[in-house]
Order: sequence, then structure tokens, then C-alpha cells
Amino acid sequence: MRDAPIRIDGISKRYKIGQQERYLALRDVLTQTLSAPLRLFRKPRGNSQESGTDHFWALHDVSFDVQQGEIVGLIGRNGAGKTTLLKILARITKPTSGRARVRGRMGSLLEVGVGFHPELTGRENVYFYGSILGMHKGEVTQKFDEIVRFAGVEKFIDTPLKHYSTGMQTRLAFAVAAHLEPEILLVDEVLAVGDLEFQKKCLGKMEEVSKGGRTIVLVSHQMNQIRRLCNKVVWLDNGQVRKVGPTVEVASAYETALLSREDGARRPADGPKVKARFLRWEIAEPRDDNPYVLKSSGPVRVKFAIEVNEPLRMLHNGIGIYSAENQLLWGTATNIASLEPGVFEFVYDLAVLPLKPGPYRWRVSLYDEQKLVDVWNCCPDLLVDTEHHGHPYDDWAGLLNIPNQFSIYNENGNRYNVRAVRGALWT
Amino acid sequence: MSVLVESEAESKEPVWEIAPPSGWFGLNLWEIWESRELLYFFVWRDLKVRYKQTAIGVAWVFLQPVLAMTVFTLFFGRLAKMPSEGLPYPVFYYTALLPWMYFSAALANSTNTVVEHQRVITKVYFPRMILPFSAVLSGLVDFAIGFLLLIGLMLYYHLVPTVATLLVPLFLFLAVATALAFGLWLSALNAIYRDVRYVIPFLVQFWLFASPVAYPSTLVPERWRWLYGLNPMAGVIEGFRWALTGHGQAPSGLLLVSTATVLLLLFGGVVYFQKMEGTIADMV
Repeated sequence: MRDAPIRIDGISKRYKIGQQERYLALRDVLTQTLSAPLRLFRKPRGNSQESGTDHFWALHDVSFDVQQGEIVGLIGRNGAGKTTLLKILARITKPTSGRARVRGRMGSLLEVGVGFHPELTGRENVYFYGSILGMHKGEVTQKFDEIVRFAGVEKFIDTPLKHYSTGMQTRLAFAVAAHLEPEILLVDEVLAVGDLEFQKKCLGKMEEVSKGGRTIVLVSHQMNQIRRLCNKVVWLDNGQVRKVGPTVEVASAYETALLSREDGARRPADGPKVKARFLRWEIAEPRDDNPYVLKSSGPVRVKFAIEVNEPLRMLHNGIGIYSAENQLLWGTATNIASLEPGVFEFVYDLAVLPLKPGPYRWRVSLYDEQKLVDVWNCCPDLLVDTEHHGHPYDDWAGLLNIPNQFSIYNENGNRYNVRAVRGALWT
Repeated sequence: MSVLVESEAESKEPVWEIAPPSGWFGLNLWEIWESRELLYFFVWRDLKVRYKQTAIGVAWVFLQPVLAMTVFTLFFGRLAKMPSEGLPYPVFYYTALLPWMYFSAALANSTNTVVEHQRVITKVYFPRMILPFSAVLSGLVDFAIGFLLLIGLMLYYHLVPTVATLLVPLFLFLAVATALAFGLWLSALNAIYRDVRYVIPFLVQFWLFASPVAYPSTLVPERWRWLYGLNPMAGVIEGFRWALTGHGQAPSGLLLVSTATVLLLLFGGVVYFQKMEGTIADMV
């Protein structure tokens, strides 16, 4: 039996609170040392306890193995430690305690396009990026044409990157990464960007890779991706392993927890009882197996359940929908005269929800006499999985996805018969 | 599964032990050698970007030492009448400014390099030591361009190179080692203490006058010369001048002291940098 490619044994990682926000200044250290010269010798690094700085455990005693050829999904809420764990496996940072053993050539994709330089051409960036991901120059040369074709940027490959649109840059970076052929691949949420079409292409590529016996560890918030790709899921909660097992089992346990009131969809009801709070949301019409996935371009009914604990007067209810890049795409607000205690459903009937395929987030808020009562970034995300009606190139498709028909009429108002096909420029 | 296949696969696959930062030592220079291609790409990218962005790109590389040489010749030479070991002032100053400018630029670049690449450092692993290495190496291209000018200058003054010229690479190597030694220390320190880079301009200014650029080292009293040699650039610059022109101080005790200092600092720098490496991504 071959040894497992990844073996994680009791990994913990402790951060100083605020470590990432504040830098030390030599100036401060010098003045401290001058004012209390002995401290430096007494406790070289540990004056944090005295001054009351706190630590927190980003990861605590995490252990699991990843077998050859497995695709393991890491799931959990933001701040659960998924990225920290990937960073430790990728050797970007070291654990505070515990050990891990990684066997085989490893590639990590924590962010797409790391080290891209706007002044360099697409070609130059491909070589540098490939190299930093761990490819040899010969490998890049060998796969160069394939990479460029995959990204669809043949014409611009010798143009400086600063003239590329964001979509093109992302595609190029993905393409390089997708052609990296390590035995172990660590991927962090990178597939959340880019258009869905391209995402599918990348997912396909990853499936292909895993069939070749390679091992993948993947962080994603998109449960449909996790379900499609992974055969094992590790659920991290507050830096600890909550559950490990087959995808179906762990993924549904996680989703149940997200939806249940005690733990998940909502932040727990902390401290004093609030006047009112949003509980959950769902797509009521059209119904799908998954109430967070939208598959139709037609009318949509969305429901937000809210619990009211005290009588409210002069309410103001806001709703907005945000893109994955956190751009507000649409919002509106309603004034409501009053609500008595109880559980209500706020129902929005939308004639259309013309969004491009991909993940989105609702944000709902409630004000009482101009004071904020509750605001909720709805969890889970809305996943739009409709047909794409826009331009095939991301850069020209725009923000919306408007269902449409095209036809040509002549002067007499008769339909003009000619072959007309949707697509990019004639090629 | 046959045993043979397994042991074969075993030998080819790298195995990484991930563990908390431990102890003092774990020199991993082999890893840097393994990543030499990435080092090359870092240098290559640095050069491409540098020469693409400036309109007078390469011209600037000529201009800088020439202007400095003119100023030094004018003020220290013509006005202050510094002794110049029998060399024409322009040659006397240029032979010193060439390694000095390489050194001061490499020092500034390498100090900033870790902080400058923080996005890369926090997102992908590679031996971090590549960063100060590449910062120090990419300056050599400017040096080479400046060297062409030196050849012109020597032809103009009818200075015939001596056998000692063969030793120039040795002194260049010492200059690179000095820049690297300080670069390792300063880049790691700058990642922890962000105000280190503000100290650099002062340091460079002070250092210039502590090195035999504007004056020959013979101005330093004989009995203090060994102390003077603790500044490794003293040995480098004296060596350069001597090897290129045959004038001035032949390598002596001063050079030995300089070399020893550099080796010590370099060793310390490598150890210190590697000690920092494991947590550097949490700091930048």
C-alpha cells in the first residue's frame, strides 16, 4: 500500500490578534528597549501576555489523511480556517504545532494570477506565472499554444497585460494553472471568478486531472461544485474538524447546519434578545431540489422569513442583490406601517432576475423608526444556473443576462429570411 | 505491486515534512539551487519591467555614474585636491563609483524586495531567499553596462590593463556577496520592522564616506586600516581600483579583514533569513 500523499497530524496555528493589521516599527522596539532595557533580555518575544494582547487559534488540532487520487473539499464558514490550512499545506506559512507530510510534486492555486505584471506581455506573464507555480521553462514552452488557446487570447498574447480586460487576465491565469500538472493540487476558491462557461471548462480540466490519479484539495463555498468534484469532504468549524467523510454525507450535514437556526444560516442570537431578525431565505417559485439555485429566466418568487419579537412601528425593509465581487446590482426598499410579534415571510415577486450564471448574494435589512434592527447577508448564496443569453466573451457580456430574440425585417415590415447565428466575430 | 516500482517511485517523489519552526538551523541551500530557474525568471522579470517603464531606460544606466563621476571629479578632485594615487581623477572616481553604485542600488532593492513581493509571498510557496538573491543579481546588468563605459574611459586615458585585471571578477564576487549579506539581513528585518527602509538612505550616505570612493584608503592611518577593513566595501573598492588600473593599494590585510567580515555576515544573514522564512508570510 502506498503512503497517503497528504497526512495531517494535529496541526494547529495560532495568530496574534491584529497580527495582520499592525506592523512592528523598529522605532517602537527601540524606544521600548531604551525605556526598559532589561525586558528585552527577560522575555525576548513574549511581552504580549503582559500587555494583554490576545491570541486566537486559526486551526486547532486538525488531523486527516488524503489518499492518492482523492478530491477533497474543504468547507466551512468564513474564518473557519480553510485557507490557513491550505497555506500550511502549501508551505506558505508554518504551523504553530503539529505535523504534516506531503508526498509528491505539489502545486497551489490560492489566487489566480499571482505575480502578473501589467507592463509585461501576455507571453512573458505566462512564463513567469508558470515558473512561480512550479513549472519548468520547457514545460511552459511545450504547453504554451494549448494554454493560449484555452484562454482564448491568441491575438493579444504579445500585448502588455495592462491592455487586457479583467476577464481576459483571469482566463489567461486560469489557463496556465489548469495546465500545471502536479501530483497534488491545492485550490482555494479560485473557481468562483470568471464566467460560468469558463468555470465549467476548468472544472472539466480538474476532473480530467483527478482521473489521472492526481490528488486535489479544494476550498469552495459553492456546494454544487463540491458535490460535483469531491469524493470526500472535510468540514472545518472554528479551526477544528467538525466532520470528515463522503461528500454526500458531510455536505448535507453542513447545509442542514447552515439552515438550522441554532447554527448556521444566521449568526447565533447573541446577547440580549433582538427586536426582529431574518431567519432564512429561499426561492419559492420556480421550485427546484435546491431552493438556492435558480434555473429559469422567467418570473421568480423569493421569500425571506423573519422573526419579530417586539411590536414594530414605521418599518423600513431594504433588499439588494450583490455580485460575487460585491457590487450592488439591484436594490429597493419598502416602508411598512407596523408588524406585531410573530414569524412572517417577506415575499418578493420578481418579473425577471436577469443575472448571468454564477453566485450572488442577497442582502436584506430592517429598520424600525430609522434605527437598524437587523441586516443579513443571506446565506447560502444564490446560485444562478440559467442559460447564458449574452456575448460569448465575458468582456462583452456585461452585467446582466437578458433573454432575447433577434430578427431582421425589411422596409415593408416583413420578416427577412437570412441565417443569423449568435456568437463572436466570424472566424 | 512490485517492490521495485515502489522504491523507484519513492526516490523520485519529493517529500515535505511540514512542522513548526524549530531550532536555529536548517540550511536548505539545495532548495535554492533547485529553484534556480525561478530565480532566473525573477531577475528576467525585474529587468524587463525596469527597462520597459523608463523612457530613457538604458541611457539612465550610463547617466548615473557619469554624473556622479563628474561631480566627484569637480569637487573632490579639482577643488579639494584629493590624492588620487597618480590616476586621472575621472578614472580614479569611476573605478570606485562603479562597484559602489552597484552596491548601493542592490542594497536598496534587496531591502524592499520581501515587502514588495508580499502578494506573491502570501499566495504561493517558493524559497523566499530567491527574492534578495534576484534583487542583488539583477543589478549586475547595470554594472555590466557601466563597465563598458569604463573601458572607453581607460582607452581615452591610455591606461593599459595589467595582469591584475583578471582578479576583477573576484572583487565583483565580493561586492555581490557583500550586497547579498546585507540584503538578507535587511530584507528580513524590513519585513518585521517596516521603518527599516527609511534608515537605508542614511546608511548609504554614511557608508559612502566610510568607503574609499572619494579618497584613497591610504589617507587612513596605517594602524587603523584593519578597522577600516571591517567595512567590506573598503576592500572591494580598493581592490577594484587596483585590479583595473594597477595603481593604488594592492590587496593586503585590509582585503582579508573585509572578506572575513563578508563571509561572517553572509553566513549570519542566511541563517537569520531562513529562521524568518517560515513566518514571513504572516508578517508582510
